[in-house]
Amino acid sequence: MRAGLNSPAFVRKMHRIPGNKPNNNQGTKLVRILVKTVGVAAALSLSTPAFAGWEPTKPVEIVVAAGAGGASDQMARMMQAAIQKNNLMKQPIVVSLKGGASGAEALMYMKSSEGDPNKVLIAYSLIYMLPLSAKIPFNWRELTPVSVIALDQFVLWDNSAGPKTVKEFVAAAKAASAPFKMGGTGSKREDHVLTVFLEQKTGAKFSYLPYKSGGEAATQLVGNHTESNVNNPSENLEVWRAGQVRPLCVFDKERISYTSKVTETQSWADVPTCKEEGVDVQYLMLRATFLPGKVTAEQQAFYVELFHKVTQTAEYKDYMEKQALKPIFLTGKDMVQFLEEDDAVNKSLMTEAGFVAK
Amino acid sequence: MEAFGLLLHGFAVLLTWKTLVLMMVGLVLGIFVGVLPGLGGPNGVAILLPLTFTMDPTSAIVMLSCIYWGALFGGAITSILFNIPGEAWSVATTFDGYPMAQQGRAAEALTAAFTSSFIGSLVAVLLITFLAPMISSFALKFGPPEFFAVYLLTFCSFVGLGREAKHKTVISMSLGLLLAGIGMDTVSGNLRMTFGSAELLRGINFLVAVIGLFGISEILLTMEERLALRGHAASISLRVVLSVWKDLPKYWVTLLRSSFIGCWLGITPGGAIAASFMGYNLAKRFAKNPESFGKGRIEGVFAPETAAHASGTAALLPMLALGIPGSGTAAILLGGLMVWGLNPGPLLFVEHKDFVWGLIASMYLGNVVGLVLVLTTVPIFASILRVPFAAVAPMIVVSCAIGAYAIQNAMFDIWLMLGFGLVGYVFKKIGIPLAPFTLALVLGNRAEDAFRLSMIGAGGDLKVFWSNGLVGSITTLAIVLLFWPVIDVLLARVGLTQRSEPEPPRGESPLDSSA
Repeated sequence: MRAGLNSPAFVRKMHRIPGNKPNNNQGTKLVRILVKTVGVAAALSLSTPAFAGWEPTKPVEIVVAAGAGGASDQMARMMQAAIQKNNLMKQPIVVSLKGGASGAEALMYMKSSEGDPNKVLIAYSLIYMLPLSAKIPFNWRELTPVSVIALDQFVLWDNSAGPKTVKEFVAAAKAASAPFKMGGTGSKREDHVLTVFLEQKTGAKFSYLPYKSGGEAATQLVGNHTESNVNNPSENLEVWRAGQVRPLCVFDKERISYTSKVTETQSWADVPTCKEEGVDVQYLMLRATFLPGKVTAEQQAFYVELFHKVTQTAEYKDYMEKQALKPIFLTGKDMVQFLEEDDAVNKSLMTEAGFVAK
Repeated sequence: MEAFGLLLHGFAVLLTWKTLVLMMVGLVLGIFVGVLPGLGGPNGVAILLPLTFTMDPTSAIVMLSCIYWGALFGGAITSILFNIPGEAWSVATTFDGYPMAQQGRAAEALTAAFTSSFIGSLVAVLLITFLAPMISSFALKFGPPEFFAVYLLTFCSFVGLGREAKHKTVISMSLGLLLAGIGMDTVSGNLRMTFGSAELLRGINFLVAVIGLFGISEILLTMEERLALRGHAASISLRVVLSVWKDLPKYWVTLLRSSFIGCWLGITPGGAIAASFMGYNLAKRFAKNPESFGKGRIEGVFAPETAAHASGTAALLPMLALGIPGSGTAAILLGGLMVWGLNPGPLLFVEHKDFVWGLIASMYLGNVVGLVLVLTTVPIFASILRVPFAAVAPMIVVSCAIGAYAIQNAMFDIWLMLGFGLVGYVFKKIGIPLAPFTLALVLGNRAEDAFRLSMIGAGGDLKVFWSNGLVGSITTLAIVLLFWPVIDVLLARVGLTQRSEPEPPRGESPLDSSA
């Protein structure tokens, strides 16, 4: 009991009062005291540079808008490990899972934490899609953008006992008496949108089964309860390595760049693009970090610098390759421009698919 | 016997002083975490996860899984002493455990709970050790119709086998199902019953409801009835422990049945919660005098605890072999595995033998050490009973509030908890059982999703629930259990069954005799 109460996460929870904005003067004083007390340790650690500006004075919370074990959670844990192992920040990092209401919980949580610089959201396409499909009162422009850190791919998968190429797969789907079952995460989201466009381009019909997570969609494909799914590489990686599913094509204009062998015979680069196979559907999903609204420029700058350093760690590079993510690092104006364009693309896709709530 | 050799190898990996110390630390932390309502296994493991980043994967998983075992043991303590389930799966333990404590048999109840926990997990670990490859392929057979059939079975067994008036059980369950619908609907992607409130977006958290329904309402009732919790001098000696153990063989059917249910529901992610309820109900159903349940019968502690532990342990198997967590805590452990660079999946058993068998060996060792640890500390926990109620009650309320708040860091949840406290108080007053309500709240969403996914997949054809042997037999069993009281009466009238019939082995026999 005692240990539970004294743990950093618990102390943090007890101290947070809704609407309580941190006082910067007090903050710097605290930093000074902290620096004095841990002075020796900090001085010895070469990888902790002296920041001239602002620094977090409380444990930093990484907010994940998805359940445990999903792609966002894995990314958060990688960051937690990268920051702690390389001493990139003095304060500890806590991962908090707020996957309730298909991730809307995390969005509302960030929105209501205005002015709190100790919370970082790991965002993906839900920041555009949820406000459209479920009329969640949220707009990413109310948050403070920090950096775009990766782009995630989507791959068309089928069971390894199923058709071997996209052409055979489409032919089989068209010939089937009952529509092929397509598994995916959530409803009226990226997986569902891809399914709709796949139907439009191929003329085949699918019944889309919305599961709670990509992991569940993967297992259901292995168990032959669905004929296919459009999971991210990370979500199907292990079942692919075990030879239980087959990647048919990747929804991007170019192949994935990683050439080291994932299975005994294939690497990510061996998977053709869907365009090569005659199905011109493309979609990439951002993985980005945001702070709540109304934080200072200094606070924003601290996190830009922090995540820039994260992208240079061995942990990050290893993670990117393992999960077949596309490297990218955008901040500031470039990021906002990227977000605006990406938002427009997603909006038009959602509208065309008929997923925008009236 | 390849499994045996691998297991020995696992023990070799494990038996170092460092690992053993970590194991003890993990167990003690886990017990404390399990005792606090709301701050149970998943939260405890989540909070302590970052501590393990600097350790090697084997030490880390040993410590984390020991926190998990500790929490499983600890959950029983508050259920028995205060009628407040520290964990959701301990709800069924309160039915007979708390009456036992009131009769001054707290030590006996605690010993029974710990012992049966140990037996349950031991059976599950044995199962994991020898059947791992086979079981993971069995779990793959579960698609949406199979999942729905399992949930249906749980609900039906509640209505058909429950002790309370059927209409009250149905009322309670329906209210639970209604509340489970609040929030985001995964299948349509729309919000339901949130009335524009941001707080209701995430739905009603099951643990918040449980803490209020059981904890707060119990405090209210105790205040009203001026019942004092004080006075029991709980002197537990080796004698009590031995006498409970001596009686153990008498209950072998209950223990075996509960272990079986637990393993089954743990592997097919029905969860420890459903398992503990189902274990309890079946034990009652097949007992010679079911009326005596709920009044402090030791079997009423054995049955749910064995099932909960068996299922909690078995839940780790699909997590390791398939990457599907069977429980909340297993889900957090899954996150941990990935941080240490281990990807759960069928290949884990091939590529990381040290890790997998180290973990399995730690399940054996962790449970033995855990049992000894909790038994020797029983006097400390039982002594809480000697503190006057006036002093304990505020502490319980505060601990409930902290627990409810800590789950999602939301002040709203504390109000919700108090609201559920009032609901629980009213329900207890008018005799509506709380268990069906909580069961519906936790399984309602999953059952609904599974049903709708089955319907999408089958084009709306209900025959899908009889489309293969597995799903067909589960669905049929569910319907038989639902109408069991009627069938029972009919059979008695025909003269096929007598009241003094010996205990049948499990659910199969009612099916056979009715067929």
